[in-house]
Amino acid sequence: MNAHGMVHKYGDNVDTDVIIPARYLNTSSHKELAAHCMEDIDKDFVSRVKEGDIIVAEKNFGCGSSREHAPIAIKASGVSCVIASTFARIFYRNAINIGLPILECDAAAQEIQSGDDVEVNFDTGVITDHTTGKTYQAQPFPPFIQNIIKAGGLLNSIEK
Amino acid sequence: MGMTMTQKILAAHAGLDKVEAGQLIEAKLDMVLGNDITSPVAINEFEKCGASSVFDKDRIALVLDHFVPNKDIKAAEQCRQTRNFAGKYDITNFFDVGQMGIEHALLPEQGIVGPGDCVIGADSHTCTYGALGAFSTGVGSTDMAAGMITGKAWFKVPSAIKVVLKNKPTGFVAGKDVILHLIGEIGVDGALYQSLEFTGDGVAALSMDDRLCIANMAIEAGAKNGIFPVDDVTRAYCEGRFRRTPVEYQADEDAEYTRVVEIDLGTLRPTVSFPHLPENTRTIDEIGETEVKIDQSVIGSCTNGRMEDLRAAAAILKGRKVAKNVRCIVIPGTQQIYLDAMHEGLLEIFIKAGAVVSTPTCGPCLGGYMGILGKGEKAISTTNRNFVGRMGHVESEVYLASPAVAAASAVTGYITDPAKL
Repeated sequence: MNAHGMVHKYGDNVDTDVIIPARYLNTSSHKELAAHCMEDIDKDFVSRVKEGDIIVAEKNFGCGSSREHAPIAIKASGVSCVIASTFARIFYRNAINIGLPILECDAAAQEIQSGDDVEVNFDTGVITDHTTGKTYQAQPFPPFIQNIIKAGGLLNSIEK
Repeated sequence: MGMTMTQKILAAHAGLDKVEAGQLIEAKLDMVLGNDITSPVAINEFEKCGASSVFDKDRIALVLDHFVPNKDIKAAEQCRQTRNFAGKYDITNFFDVGQMGIEHALLPEQGIVGPGDCVIGADSHTCTYGALGAFSTGVGSTDMAAGMITGKAWFKVPSAIKVVLKNKPTGFVAGKDVILHLIGEIGVDGALYQSLEFTGDGVAALSMDDRLCIANMAIEAGAKNGIFPVDDVTRAYCEGRFRRTPVEYQADEDAEYTRVVEIDLGTLRPTVSFPHLPENTRTIDEIGETEVKIDQSVIGSCTNGRMEDLRAAAAILKGRKVAKNVRCIVIPGTQQIYLDAMHEGLLEIFIKAGAVVSTPTCGPCLGGYMGILGKGEKAISTTNRNFVGRMGHVESEVYLASPAVAAASAVTGYITDPAKL
């Protein structure tokens, strides 16, 4: 499984309030949430983002609220993967639980720039920046989390 | 090597004698919580995967608190969906307008959570219940849905930072100043993936309202949970209130901590977090008397909407007036707190001072309603986050502080040391 797209780059502590402001939390519609994704940090994101694009950020991405609306908005806007130095823990869980692939890789997070053409191989954890020609090795998911992803999310992986 | 208090609770709920940091476990849940923002997403997932029953109707709490009384038609629909779900599955702890309070003020008050519990809530401030000696953590809606179905959740066992509290706070220093100081020290990701375990002789000097405030903001340091030892203050609080049998856990003497942070409560000063991160702290002495002019003061929230908070604000506002051109909004955390504040005469003090008093709601804290900021406006607030756009316009600013500082600032119109009034 691969992701391949253009990078949208952000800094440290991108919080869930800027990913999807609370004024839009009166809906759980994925499409409506996607229409306001990143609005308070990057108002042009929604018009620039294309299917398959990749978000790269530095440390503590997704800090703040537990709103699952944040990874939902990112996924529904077409983003195929988020790469960061570190993720806030609730965002990390939520992304896995809804099937938005995320990878921790500090070197990639530091060096990859906005507009770079980047490819991610989820099986190997290898991140390739085709713009610079550099490759990075991300932490692979532990088997427990791989099972959730293979099942297509947490609710598909539990016995009902 | 021994276990931390958090690890002991997790081991017990996973049916294991021992767990260690990094281990993946599945733990039984004593309570699963959701609100009017997160429950609809969970209910959608619950229904989409074909679930037809909940694991235990007594161990799910659904609280309508973020956008109620309904702020608009969409909010009304989200509440209606949650209300219908609660009715369909006969959820015991469903709290609608009239019974509701801000969830993290309400659940401890109603004895729904208590010592030794393992709790998840689809709200990041679920970590509040660590004040009672519970393992309690925020999750997303999908985890909430899975929790409602199975009564279980997966966790990676956290390592811990030991926070040693020494001596007693003085003057206007309250729980809020303790946690803002700590976040200022370690940063907004200083405890990422870890527990914050509070200990030391200073714990005894902190009331339950102070502890609830401190544990509440553990997430603002990135922590998975914040937890206090169970002592006489906890036991007195839970007596006649907690509906189940409390279980007291203690960290082992030889538990391993990644870091030890010492805080001398006796030297702390009223502390304010400047925009746009809770870690941007300054003591009140580092802020000029007319440096930060405010447009609004918010006193309430799951962080500081409890009785002691209202008393601290009322002590400042009694016989004084809110400054011209400042809106002061007071929000009791629960119906019971509202009633108690009425009986104690606090509501009259607030209203005579020119503040407004609202029904319990999360409203302004997350920029929902009941106190949205316009372009360039500044608020001092007893809430928990001061991110960009948190309380309204993307160019507005939020300064986090204790109820005493927020009330004093409402009087002068500038961020003010309550001791200087």
